[in-house]
Parts: sequence; structure tokens; C-alpha cells
Amino acid sequence: MIKPQWLFIVLITLVGSPAFSADSAGTIKRVTGLVEVERGAEKLTAAPGMHLFVNDKVRTGTDGAVGITLRDETLLSAGANSLLSLDKFDFNQTTYEGAMQTSLKKGKLAVATGKLAKASPKSVEFHTPNSILGVRGTEFVMEVNE
Amino acid sequence: MKGTHVLLLAFVAMFALSACVSERVVLLPSPDGKPSAVVVRSGETEKVLDQPYETVKLRGENQVKDVMDVQEVKERFGQVIAQMPMRPVSFTLYFLENSSELVPESRKELDLLRSDLQGRPIAEILIIGHTDTIGGLQQNDALSLKRAIAVREALKAEGIEAQVMDVAGRGKRELLIPTKDEVSEARNRRVEVRVR
Repeated sequence: MIKPQWLFIVLITLVGSPAFSADSAGTIKRVTGLVEVERGAEKLTAAPGMHLFVNDKVRTGTDGAVGITLRDETLLSAGANSLLSLDKFDFNQTTYEGAMQTSLKKGKLAVATGKLAKASPKSVEFHTPNSILGVRGTEFVMEVNE
Repeated sequence: MKGTHVLLLAFVAMFALSACVSERVVLLPSPDGKPSAVVVRSGETEKVLDQPYETVKLRGENQVKDVMDVQEVKERFGQVIAQMPMRPVSFTLYFLENSSELVPESRKELDLLRSDLQGRPIAEILIIGHTDTIGGLQQNDALSLKRAIAVREALKAEGIEAQVMDVAGRGKRELLIPTKDEVSEARNRRVEVRVR
């Protein structure tokens, strides 16, 4: 019979272990000031090299800013007091099939779209509280004021 | 102007001034100069931005299209843009037939790859195999993936490493030199090392 404390240790390890990069939606490349990743009920301090997953929310503080590269090479950067949500991300590295949806709830975001937008522009969307953005191989900036 | 028209104009102007801009989108110039566009839909209306620095502001329910001057873009978005990650770069390597040995010409590419990695924080590598048009889709997908896996080992043996070294096979989907099907073309049989 497995002692209860052994079971506890195994559970913690599983929860904490990093997933393979192939399952991730992207990677945090740059962090300035306070930036947090909200994943389910967890609040994690963002650090360069950290992988991001679908449904992650990235929140920057008053002095925070973050640069992120998604797996299809979409480049994102959020400024201070921003809240970004990776709503959907699916990308097949062989066929370039997939879809993505990213939401800016508040703050500022710069975007350089990647391979998904190049292969299939309709599969990429950016959302704000009041708008939906469609793209065509594009670099743009956006701002949402509360 | 008739009295009522003046009144209406004043009313509209006041309403517009009092409604703040809740959202703003600005299209930036594309790095390669190619045309690009953003389509912004808010409720029932839609605006297309297809020239650099065109912008759409949302005031209440109204979309207002305008052009933002470069100075204002810098003031509003300079700090955000400064935080963008480094752009991905490709290095193309060729190998001696059926081996993982680089052709002499690709040695220089390998040095450039090393150089890039040194200057890139949190570098992630994707090794992509490509084939020519000899053989079917599935066959070439498998072959190009197998090649990418072999090259990953070769790169590691050369001392090239990164936090992430993923592999992918693109088969004959991305020909460097366009050819008809079933055409042998050495320049298409290549491995692309993508650093991002």
C-alpha cells in the first residue's frame, strides 16, 4: 500500500512539470517590471523562457511590459496595465493548418502576425471588448482604454 | 445656414467631444514593404486599414477612420513596440547526398547560425526538413521529418544548442525552386534552421 505522503509528492511533481514545447501556444521572450500569467486559479510570475498555453491570461502591472513569440511566429508585445488572453491557438507545423484568437481586454498591444495569418488569414482573429480584428499579413498596434 | 442646421451641427460636435476613445487600432508599415491590412469590425460597422498609419478609433458606437502621424505613434506605442521579441531568422543548410555532413558552402551558414544564437535571448530552434517533388506527399513528409531529426543530432554534435530544438517536416510544400511534380532538384532538398 502506498503511504499517503508519497502520493502527495507525486501529485505535486506532475502539476509542476513543464509540458513539451510542442503543446504550448508560445514563449515569453522579454519581461519588464511586474508581469503575471493567470492560468486557471494560479497566478505565476512571468519570466523569459516561460511557455504559455491556451487560456492563459497575461497581466502587466503599472511598470510592466512583455514580449511573446507564439508557435506560428506571431510576435506580441503588451505595454503597462494590460491584460491579454490567449483564447485559441492551434497550429500544425507541417500543414500550417490551425486557428488562433487573442484578446486584448485592456491596455496596449503590438502585433506582427506569423505563419497562420500568412497561410490562412481568416484563421486569425484579435478581439477587444468592442471589436473583432481580421488581418492580412500584418503589423499593427492597438489600445483599449477602460 | 438655416437655424436648425446650425443647432444640429453643434449638438453632434458636442456629443463627439464628450465621448472618449475607448479603442484604437493603427496599421504599421510591413517590414518587407508588402501590402497588408487590418479589418476592424465594431458592432454593425467595419473599417479597413490598408495604408501604413491608418487608424480607426471607437468613440461610443462610432468608428472613426483617420491617419496617425508617426510622432503620435511613437508617443503612444513606442514603449510597447520596444518590447517586441526579436524577429525569426532562417538559415538554410545543404548536406552531402544521404548523409548528415554539410556541404562546404553550408559551413558559413552554420557560423552565421552560431552568431545569431549568441545575440538572441531565449532562442528557440525549429529544424524544418524540405524535399524536392520526387515522391508523394506522405512519403516526402516522412522523409523531411526524418531528415530534420537527423540534422538536430548533427547540430548538437556541432555544439549548437538552445532551450527548445523542435523538428518538423514540410515535405514538398515549400519549394525553394519551383518545379513540376517528380523533378529532382538538389536546391529543394534542404534543411531550414529557423531561429525564433
